[in-house]
Amino acid sequence: MNKILDITPVKESPRIQKLVRDMYANTPEIESERARLITEFYRSNEALPMVLKRAKALGYILDRMTIVIRDGELIVGNSTIAPRSTSIFPEFSCKWIQAEFDSFDKRTGDVFHITEAARAELGEAFSYWDGKTVNELAAEYMFPETKAAIEHGAFTVGNYFFNGVGHISVDYEKVLRMGYTGIIEEIQREMDGADTTCPRYIEKRNFLDAAKITSAAAIRFAGRFADLAEQQAGQAGGERGEELRRIAANCRRVPAHPAQTFHEALQSFWFVQLIIQIESNGHSISPMRFDQYAYPYYEKDIASGALTKEGAQELLDCLWVKFNDVNKVRDEASTKGFGGYPMFQNLIVGGQDKNGLDATNPLSIACLEATAHVKLPQPSISIRVWNKSPDELLLKAAEVSRLGLGMPAYYNDEVIIPALASRGLTLGDARDYGIIGCVEPQKGGKTEGWHDAAFFNMAKVLEITLNNGMDAGERVGPATGEFTSFGSFEQLMDAYRRQMEYFVSLLANADNSVDIAHSKRGLLPFVSTLVEDCIKRGKTIQEGGAHYNFTGPQGVGVANVADSLFVLKELVWDKKKYTLEQFRDALASNFGGQAAPAPSGMGTMGTQIIEEVVKRMLADGRPITSEQMKKLEKIASAADLPAAKAGQSAGGSVSPMLQDIANVPKFGNDIEEVDLFAREVALIYCREVERYSNPRGGAFQPGLYPVSANVPMGAQTGATPEGRLSGAPLADGVSPVNGRDTHGPTAAANSVASLDHAVASNGTLFNQKFHPSALSGQAGLEKLAALVRGYFDQKGMHVQYNVIGKETLLDAQKHPENYKSLVVRVAGYSAHFTSLDKSLQDDIISRTEQMF
Amino acid sequence: MSGIRGGASMQDILNTKGMLSEIQHYSVHDGPGIRTLVFLKGCPLRCRWCCNPENQSPRSEIMIDRGKPKLVGKKVSAGHILGEALKDNAYYRRSGGGVTLSGGEALMQPEFTLAILKACKAKGIHTAIETTAFAKYDIIHEMLPYLDLVMCDIKHIVEEKHRAFTSQSNRRILENIVRMGESGANLIVRVPVIPTFNATEAEILMIAFLAAQIQGVRELHLLPYHRLGESKYQGLGREYDFSSQQPLSYEDMKKLKEAAQKSGLKCQIGG
Repeated sequence: MNKILDITPVKESPRIQKLVRDMYANTPEIESERARLITEFYRSNEALPMVLKRAKALGYILDRMTIVIRDGELIVGNSTIAPRSTSIFPEFSCKWIQAEFDSFDKRTGDVFHITEAARAELGEAFSYWDGKTVNELAAEYMFPETKAAIEHGAFTVGNYFFNGVGHISVDYEKVLRMGYTGIIEEIQREMDGADTTCPRYIEKRNFLDAAKITSAAAIRFAGRFADLAEQQAGQAGGERGEELRRIAANCRRVPAHPAQTFHEALQSFWFVQLIIQIESNGHSISPMRFDQYAYPYYEKDIASGALTKEGAQELLDCLWVKFNDVNKVRDEASTKGFGGYPMFQNLIVGGQDKNGLDATNPLSIACLEATAHVKLPQPSISIRVWNKSPDELLLKAAEVSRLGLGMPAYYNDEVIIPALASRGLTLGDARDYGIIGCVEPQKGGKTEGWHDAAFFNMAKVLEITLNNGMDAGERVGPATGEFTSFGSFEQLMDAYRRQMEYFVSLLANADNSVDIAHSKRGLLPFVSTLVEDCIKRGKTIQEGGAHYNFTGPQGVGVANVADSLFVLKELVWDKKKYTLEQFRDALASNFGGQAAPAPSGMGTMGTQIIEEVVKRMLADGRPITSEQMKKLEKIASAADLPAAKAGQSAGGSVSPMLQDIANVPKFGNDIEEVDLFAREVALIYCREVERYSNPRGGAFQPGLYPVSANVPMGAQTGATPEGRLSGAPLADGVSPVNGRDTHGPTAAANSVASLDHAVASNGTLFNQKFHPSALSGQAGLEKLAALVRGYFDQKGMHVQYNVIGKETLLDAQKHPENYKSLVVRVAGYSAHFTSLDKSLQDDIISRTEQMF
Repeated sequence: MSGIRGGASMQDILNTKGMLSEIQHYSVHDGPGIRTLVFLKGCPLRCRWCCNPENQSPRSEIMIDRGKPKLVGKKVSAGHILGEALKDNAYYRRSGGGVTLSGGEALMQPEFTLAILKACKAKGIHTAIETTAFAKYDIIHEMLPYLDLVMCDIKHIVEEKHRAFTSQSNRRILENIVRMGESGANLIVRVPVIPTFNATEAEILMIAFLAAQIQGVRELHLLPYHRLGESKYQGLGREYDFSSQQPLSYEDMKKLKEAAQKSGLKCQIGG
């Protein structure tokens, strides 16, 4: 390839920062309109078959909800009256909302404002839903032992238990190309060609009707915007009047008909993206390969001169702002796991096409540029990297990384494509993958991936193992032997494996219970219309209509469990320095409440050390001179200086046990033995998960990422043998435990790359943090790009960079008002730092800062 | 000086031992690309501003590092260093990086240094050295075939001043640099810019003009003085001469760079 992609910055329209300011002017609201409308509809249509009830209810909402064209915007379509606000979806769950009415605006993170009127209207609506929600049905399906495991923190399926599933990418390209008029024709042909005598036809016909109803509703919804824009154009006049007339014309044409221009394509896309979120309440509605399906329109308008590069960029930037107009309220506990109002609309650029050729194009670069312009957390922008990715893409991406937005995330085609092929995707589909939500790969428009099925707390299961199946005085797992009874490390591992087997089987029960409940009550006909095979099969995705079906639960705490088991192996069995009784007592007493010290490489502190060193020097056959002796004394006294004392508790010196634990090699430092051990630990989880299947006819596939669940899950987990105190956060994704990676960024990356990422086909997550100074100049960008390539050469799957100074973050905690726009990468997504809970902020700050 | 000369086997080379201070991965300011920096113990100079005082003595010693005693200096083999370096091979390939020997002064351990260089070249790794060039020329000459890049300090032109601040004359250094250049070495001249020592336009310009005369020199790097080494002196129980010195501002550094550019060399601030 000889062409060079132009990555020089494009001028930003003054319109964009005004849109951003307006968007962030107020605290997000909880609005009651959607909840009122859907309740009205359900109340008066009790008897309808569920799929039709859901379709007509969506139409009812789209025809009646308040629509708004915000000042200055060029892409229109709102889900709430106030910007960045949230609707309520009582059909999934609502009891928690009522319980938290008083605290939404008093939260420490993800604050929402709610008016008295909205509270009253919601309270009235909720009275209808008692016993009718997806959540309540799912709870009835679950085994009691499953519920006990959830209560004790072994795992959580909270996301889909209380909310819509989301985590979908639909066939946006089809809407741009055919319009809903074309899609309705396709549905009609399917109906006309069907065998009407087949008993299955009854349900198929209901679904196809529902698909037509929602498609027609989408066209009417756009029509309402056309009317409103025309009406406002008359009042506005001038330049804005012109813009509004263009908006009206766009909404008149799309999504009913094929898009003709780039502007129409963006508007058509946004209606689809928006209505999915009005229908479903799930998050991670991911546009995926936007640079592929929107490119023909971009290319055509640029080539014809209909748009300048700057003009196209302005439209794209406007869409980027719009991505931040949708929001979602979660229960307060969940905000600890999903902090920062995240919506996870993952949009990925670059990579190869279904034929294995590089697909990077000028729109790929323009998408990165849009993120650089708006500097907002949505969309979650990602890039696909493979051996033939043009360097310009990486350099542009590195430039965006340097802005400190925590984006883009980098994904490795060379691992993900074979991983997906191993799960049954065709090679062409695997090559055409995109990312859902945080890090979950799938073929868009063809998959119901249930990617965020659960967070599984591997460290908790280890804790339960060490307590012989007990937790907080209750039996939650099988009796696999008293901790102190294990005669060999293999016996301990065997007990851990058996506990994993048990808890993963309960996890599958929990997920499948929730899955079935969604197929009874949470049908999504609008989404399903745009997912391949649903029309042909005449089923929603909830009922198994998608071509590919998966369930992807995440293992959390790989590094903690690996380090813990390795510590026990080394100190109890290999070196015989401690007994299991000593470890049992230390864990029970939470290590006496002391934090684990940094590794010293030398054993305990103070004069003992000096003695040891002197001995070593003598052993080398070197005499100690009196001058050296004096120096040693001076050093010994320096060891008692404040810095040394920091590691000591009131009761005396740091426990030698913690120091010994600290000195055992840890995951994240490119030590092959430890890293291969961690690989094995991760595989125990992965292999268990792979054994299960879901009610939609698909398989379970493991992921290894926590979103930010490593913080709340850590809070539920007692002290662990690697020196982590009770309640402290677990490691983030497949990243090393905070602060334990002490050998620099390449060592951490090499350790992480030594895991078998391809088996964790639901995604892995690796965070690295850099000071902006590390990326200065063109050379800094090139080296970041090389770091990505080098990590990927070793079969890493995903990496993202937080480029921010520690001082900056500390200052942001003190003066949040000065840092309203500070975006950080929390885990699989970016969020405004100041909107996060304090504990999450602390976690981000304490992640090892890679200075060089 | 016999061990690995001439027809030494690769195993002999890998077994050659020396005194290592530290290995630092992902170094981005010490030669092209992503590099692994190998600090060897021992230095013939005693620069008063030195930021790595723990590497001056050829022997191992104890330093208090963030409140904890740390043994600086371990006898390791060239094979060990190669093993550490190979961990980042993927990053060298992608960035055009490699291994940089630093110190202390690697030339103080000629046999060990030569073994490391030969081992790296056997694996195709790009090699560089950060050196004072203060050694017998023969030692340097023997290494040149295995060195892709020599980064060599010229700290001052004036012999007296050089001696006063570094404890050694600059005569041998300058002589060696010229000879390296004549032997075809790929040279970068680096100048630690030290307040009270050489941080004037005149002094920098003199260095630059001299460097420009030397065959093989195309670049000049001005390394700003920094105080990151100060705590090490405390940790070693030593006094630090420069404790009251403020680093130069970026503006001042830029002025010096502009002055140096008059020599016609490609100049940059930092490595």
